Amino acid sequence: MVAITLIGGLIACNSERLVRSVAGLVVCFIGVAALYFFLNSPFVSMMQILIYVGAVAVTISFAIMLAAPEEKKKVGPSSVLAGPLGFSTAALCTGGFTVLALKTEWPVHQKITDGSMKSIGLQLLTEYSMVFELISIVLLVAIIGALVIARQGREN
Amino acid sequence: MSLFGLYNDLNTYLVIGAMLFGMGLYGIVTRRTLIGMLIAAELILAGASVNFMAFNRFTAPDPVAGQIFTLFIMAIAAAEAAIGLSIIIAVYGHFKSIDAEDTAKLKG
Repeated sequence: MVAITLIGGLIACNSERLVRSVAGLVVCFIGVAALYFFLNSPFVSMMQILIYVGAVAVTISFAIMLAAPEEKKKVGPSSVLAGPLGFSTAALCTGGFTVLALKTEWPVHQKITDGSMKSIGLQLLTEYSMVFELISIVLLVAIIGALVIARQGREN
Repeated sequence: MSLFGLYNDLNTYLVIGAMLFGMGLYGIVTRRTLIGMLIAAELILAGASVNFMAFNRFTAPDPVAGQIFTLFIMAIAAAEAAIGLSIIIAVYGHFKSIDAEDTAKLKG
């Protein structure tokens, strides 16, 4: 699963064609869903596959088809410095986070709920109900805004 | 620790999350096209979600909170992808290009 996730991520950020990059993203998200399954939450794992693989990746591939980029013209990083600089920044961040994660002693607490699907639903409708409503409004506004923006671009 | 016990360890997942984050950062810096940057941003969000789920599983007292947080991250990522892609399509209508350097003018 780790290998699937990391190979998918590498394809997603390194391939020259955007379609291959989206395919790599799908592979990576399936791997992440499997990791969630190992982390004892099958509900989030299913949601990951439904939302990311089913919706987000399909939307991105639609956008690639609608705004077909000229792949022949310019591929690769924008300047000579961008590749090494980007790689060193990313390596620095990854290394820093890894050292931080391995050096810190994380305190383990006693579990007070079981983290099952039923308790997720209960908490979502009691303790987190305000956030739930807000995220619904955010999604609604995002959908309407996306429609409006895409339509304006077509008219011009 | 044996290789098979590794999946039951917090640090494994934290390292995976850090690597996903690093790949996303590399993609955002080096990509030319706007869609490529969006894909890399999704990788960064996935790294953050993996971290949340790992802490949720191993250390948090309430294992529901992290799952709900990850669900909200997914919703925000979906909204972000929808808005970003519609902006990209509008930009493509203006400039006939989604290269981040061709689209340098604000008022086309």
